[in-house]
Amino acid sequence: MKEKNSFVREVAEKKYEYGFTTNVETDIIEKGLSEDVVRLISQKKGEPDWLLQFRLNAFRYWLTLEQPTWGHLKMPPIDYQAISYYADPTQKKKQGTGEIDPELMKTFDKLGIPLEERMALAGTAVDAVMDSVSVKTTFREKLQENGIIFCSISEAVREHPDLVREYLGSVVPYKDNFFAALNSAVFSDGSFVYIPKGVRCPMELSTYFRINARGTGQFERTLIVCDDDAYVSYLEGCTAPMRDENQLHAAIVEIVVKERAEVKYSTVQNWYPGDSEGKGGVLNLVTKRGHLRGANSRLSWTQVETGSAITWKYPSCVLSGEGSQAEFYSVAVTNNYQQADTGTKMIHIGRNTKSTIISKGISAGKSQNAYRGLVKVASTADGARNYSSCDSLLLGSHCGAHTFPYMDVHNDTAVVEHEATTSKISEDQLFYCNQRGISTEEAVSLIVNGYAKEVINKLPMEFAVEAQKLLGVSLEGSVG
Amino acid sequence: MLQINNLHASINGKEILKGISLTVKDGEIHAVMGLNGAGKSTLSNVIVGHPAYEVTEGSITFNGKDLLSLKPEERAHEGIFLSFQQPVEIPGVSMVNFMRAALNAKRKYQGLEPIPAGDFLKLMREKRAIVELDSKLTSRSVNEGFSGGEKKRNEIFQMAMLEPKLTILDETDSGLDVDALRIVAEGFNKLRRPDSSAIVITHYQRLLDYLKPDVVHVLIDGRIVKTGGPELATEIESRGFDWIKEEIGL
Repeated sequence: MKEKNSFVREVAEKKYEYGFTTNVETDIIEKGLSEDVVRLISQKKGEPDWLLQFRLNAFRYWLTLEQPTWGHLKMPPIDYQAISYYADPTQKKKQGTGEIDPELMKTFDKLGIPLEERMALAGTAVDAVMDSVSVKTTFREKLQENGIIFCSISEAVREHPDLVREYLGSVVPYKDNFFAALNSAVFSDGSFVYIPKGVRCPMELSTYFRINARGTGQFERTLIVCDDDAYVSYLEGCTAPMRDENQLHAAIVEIVVKERAEVKYSTVQNWYPGDSEGKGGVLNLVTKRGHLRGANSRLSWTQVETGSAITWKYPSCVLSGEGSQAEFYSVAVTNNYQQADTGTKMIHIGRNTKSTIISKGISAGKSQNAYRGLVKVASTADGARNYSSCDSLLLGSHCGAHTFPYMDVHNDTAVVEHEATTSKISEDQLFYCNQRGISTEEAVSLIVNGYAKEVINKLPMEFAVEAQKLLGVSLEGSVG
Repeated sequence: MLQINNLHASINGKEILKGISLTVKDGEIHAVMGLNGAGKSTLSNVIVGHPAYEVTEGSITFNGKDLLSLKPEERAHEGIFLSFQQPVEIPGVSMVNFMRAALNAKRKYQGLEPIPAGDFLKLMREKRAIVELDSKLTSRSVNEGFSGGEKKRNEIFQMAMLEPKLTILDETDSGLDVDALRIVAEGFNKLRRPDSSAIVITHYQRLLDYLKPDVVHVLIDGRIVKTGGPELATEIESRGFDWIKEEIGL
């Protein structure tokens, strides 16, 4: 366990250790967004016509939309023509040697994600994505023995077009929202997972997203399909270089869960948060949704959000299958000038569906941290149950914590509960720890981890330890 | 062990300590008595480095080190322990994690490896027994839901775990019934090593009956106005403080 998954651990060692840039020959297309750019991306990826049409439809729809402003966020204006929508750092590979550029291997080594299988983290298969392209996916052959497909979505389009076509956009249609339309038009790489009927995935699957090139956006797309009676635990991690300008990251994650299947999706999000003055950082504008299609299916989202200048994401669940169960466990930490507007949507459609929301917001510095959640119970959802608990912890007096719970219940047999608390770390608590020999930073880490324990415990065990450290580090210097 | 020289300290610009000098030798127990507002708690807070208090003049030396230049946690590592008058609750942080963090921070300061988990739990059990602290309490969050007496007992338990050289008991007797007081005091006596010292801040004789101070100081308006042997405490118990005030012409 010690050697495994060192990336989250290393993230935790320093304030922001992953601010470095990789010098690698990168094929970057001209800045700007137009139908031609959409066509060019599709062409570079050698896509079939149906996918090009999907992109073009999305793009044309996107043109009709305005960027949403309802978040509790001060969003800097985004110039969509000033961004490059495709950056491919895997030149050498393309030029026929078949080898991965050693610089890229080194980058992922440095991030703690060795891509050589013999050195890799035991028990975890990784899809490593830099900028717009998947660099390598480990353990593919081994997983294939069980019929499991784990590859980049670009490869999936080529090798499993029927599966991709059936499910892509089926959970998050391109008309869902502004950023979903944008992503559907220009999405580059991400992971594709298919777990066949009755298969319990023998290892953790994970995707590591890295933004490297300057002036680019990352538009990843992940699609997970878990067939009847199957199980998979999936983890994503992310980092980016430190840059003065904001970088746009607009992703879509779609998950399909069939009968009696179970998906656990964990995120440790550590995009560059900007400096202590609020300059730079990643704009993390993400649409994540799972569809519990099958009866008695299960899906849980667990997220530890410590990075990004702005986080706008609501991993959601549509509970159609009778007796399906969904969970959302979240810790969102904001420090300095970070802003987070995050939460979930639980849409109960099937009978006896059950959802749980545990949200822990931690705000420090001059940051703003909002929980926004919707619990919707359709008239068809007899016996639906939801329990929501949203807690906020404030460090200092210049930060803000906000809770926006929405409930929309159309069935009298439903039971929906909501609890919320706000607390603050007091000087007295810190001094008590100091007097016992515990430094202020360690004390904050202890208190914050105690507070977030309920969520951290939901992470795969090897990540939980590292997530704890990350929480402490993100808040370094936030008190006293 | 501890030398306080002409100590002046204030809070929010108001001077509370107005020139305190005090020397505690190895193995001694000093009692500091006085009415509310005399500066007793300020004295203990200044010794442990509470950030709300500002030292405007004077010095404190602890085993040869300039205490005022050390951070609160370093003072703790050097062996100073304060049993708080009102121990604070820390929800979400279990006593076990809290004590382990405290003990390991001290060990790190001493250049030692973290204590192995098994040894730590064994130590917890041993020390808990001395102050008769229920295991249910140590599995809870720090002081959360503890009664007043349990909180005080928990302070002595922490002292037992950390084995300080100098312990300051800040009105540890307040809010304790007779039985709890006896358990705390007897626990304290059992835990004391011959060379460890203590400053006992109290209004009453009760605790001193158990702890048997070597020296008793009377603190009035930020100054030590009288120092004597244990008999001074007995006299205060029967006569109050007024006669001392008269004696010094206040």
